[in-house]
Amino acid sequence: MAGKTLYDKLWDDHLIKQRDDGSALIYIDRHLLHEVTSPQAFEGLRLANRKPWRIDANLATPDHNVPTTDREKGIEGIVDPVSRIQVETLGKNCDEFGILEFKIMDQRQGIVHVIGPEQGATLPGMTIVCGDSHTSTHGAFGCLAHGIGTSEVEHVLATQCLVQQKMKNMLVKVNGQLGKGVTGKDVVLAIIGKIGTAGGTGYAIEFGGEAIQNLSMEGRMTICNMAIEAGARVGMVAVDGTTIEYVKGRPFSPTGDAWDAAVKYWRTLHSDLDAEFDKVVELDGADIMPQVSWGTSPEMVADVTGNVPDPAKEEDPIKREGIERALKYMGLQANQAITDIMLDRVFIGSCTNSRIEDLREAASVVKGRKVAKSLKQAMVVPGSGLVKAQAEAEGLDQIFMDAGLEWRDPGCSMCLAMNADKLGQGEHCASTSNRNFEGRQGFGGRTHLVSPAMAAAAAIAGHFVDVRELLN
Amino acid sequence: MRAFTQHQGLVAPMDRSNVDTDMIIPKQFLKSIKRTGFGPNLFDELRYLDEGKPDQDSSQRPLNPDFVLNQPRYKGASVLLARSNFGCGSSREHAPWALDDYGFRVIIAPSFADIFYNNCFKNGLLPIVLEEKIVDQLFQEAEASEGYKLTVDLEAKTVVTPSGESFGFDVDDFRRHCLLHGLDDIGVTLEDAELIKSYEDQRRQTAPWLFGAGQ
Repeated sequence: MAGKTLYDKLWDDHLIKQRDDGSALIYIDRHLLHEVTSPQAFEGLRLANRKPWRIDANLATPDHNVPTTDREKGIEGIVDPVSRIQVETLGKNCDEFGILEFKIMDQRQGIVHVIGPEQGATLPGMTIVCGDSHTSTHGAFGCLAHGIGTSEVEHVLATQCLVQQKMKNMLVKVNGQLGKGVTGKDVVLAIIGKIGTAGGTGYAIEFGGEAIQNLSMEGRMTICNMAIEAGARVGMVAVDGTTIEYVKGRPFSPTGDAWDAAVKYWRTLHSDLDAEFDKVVELDGADIMPQVSWGTSPEMVADVTGNVPDPAKEEDPIKREGIERALKYMGLQANQAITDIMLDRVFIGSCTNSRIEDLREAASVVKGRKVAKSLKQAMVVPGSGLVKAQAEAEGLDQIFMDAGLEWRDPGCSMCLAMNADKLGQGEHCASTSNRNFEGRQGFGGRTHLVSPAMAAAAAIAGHFVDVRELLN
Repeated sequence: MRAFTQHQGLVAPMDRSNVDTDMIIPKQFLKSIKRTGFGPNLFDELRYLDEGKPDQDSSQRPLNPDFVLNQPRYKGASVLLARSNFGCGSSREHAPWALDDYGFRVIIAPSFADIFYNNCFKNGLLPIVLEEKIVDQLFQEAEASEGYKLTVDLEAKTVVTPSGESFGFDVDDFRRHCLLHGLDDIGVTLEDAELIKSYEDQRRQTAPWLFGAGQ
């Protein structure tokens, strides 16, 4: 019999009941909540007169609607009354049911997928869910983590379980070493470019290979974060020394004997050598260049040294039409050089790229340089209050401000523009976020997905440039 | 939840692949704390020419005449015919809420994104996967004949065209059972409360670090 994959192990360890109809009851260790997808779930609990099953499994924070300026005003600083109601409702619900919430004025507040790992609320081997598709981020710790809808948020609150169908196993292996200036973001964009936005549908993806093993936890989180952009609800990386080192000493992490017992278990969280995957995709790390998305889907990416594609060369009629539609929306010409795309704004932040290492990379590029005068705005939004404090302790805030970038307060911000941070119609943005869908960052806005280093380089030049030229 | 057994309805063909949930319901409408009222903003950026805002009377807004749902022949459609990877992107359940509130009961496509597919079943909405060539055929028929309706039978797992041609589809037994009977799946899970408790007790022994709040 073949060995088990990491996903098989996590599934088996959380399986409560396999039903005859093929569905299974899976136990959930950690449930993260934010203000957008939870109000209807709490309302459902109340209507059915149900209580949360296990209070201490839940951790909440407002992130999507929070402003990134004037935070000393607290909730009163939220100008949009509808946004304010949503943040207030989360607070009331958590207070009513006794759920721990890092409120807007708490230094531990931040993007839900940044604070989980930061607090050690994300531990290897856990099942983690949240009403947010980027919950796949937590798979970087050898967790089984995925996004759920609001009905399932209610289901987890009420039962601590989910009814699931087992997914298929996919291994995405990135061999060899990454070149200088090439980051986790470039790796994941290259993977999505290769397998497509539906390439991972129905699969749990494990990212492995030397290039992944050499990445920091921040880099691994960026990659798992965007597994959903390849269609896979779940992205994972095996536990190793890097994982355990990151988790050690965090507020929710175990200590003493419990730590030793936990580490012993965590060391088993990798695919067995003889495990069989339903699908294997391999890339060579040395071939991956800094990536830039040119279109309206995360699979529409090109090397920074490349060009916007020519729809006339696409044989598949549905794909050709997709390219034509994207070029029209993005206001780009076929065959245009990526480095000729002029920018209006730069956004460094989001659950994909707002952790300390991301900010260090961006700061190292802008240090001693100035943002291009042609830009309307370049902003840095740290992922949490603690990331912000850390960056300030390292002097990164000053580097950004000296270069002409705005230094903001933590939240989801311009990744999806539910707060006041958004693109104007037709504006091009170099963004370290995860989705370049039409209208995502603002009505008529044009998003280009890049790494923090590439966004920083673009801020200096006013258009895309190969960051590797600035690093020499 | 509303049960789904059979449905016959007018078909609207939306000829575009990778329709994401941002497109189905843009973010400014996610600020509602209710489950209803999203219908007027379904496909907001495709459907209207201006930028939509929450709490606005959408009946006064300029319509995009090229968008399929704005064509008079598709008024009252309850079956959405779509292309591959429908519902990709965000996990927002507001997407099926908006489709449901608009009046859709069935969505047919060659493939769906996983989270969206799952969310549909929680809301009495039936997503049906049919082979690409069958979907192509349905697109041609729906566009060729005005008033084109399909009959969907969840019990029999069939989609039947006006000419009587029948296509079978697959759906997993648990989801089908819940939908056919309009079951509250939290109630179904709680029937296993004792099993959940005993699993939890055992985990408290073997993995105590998973329990208890942080410091």
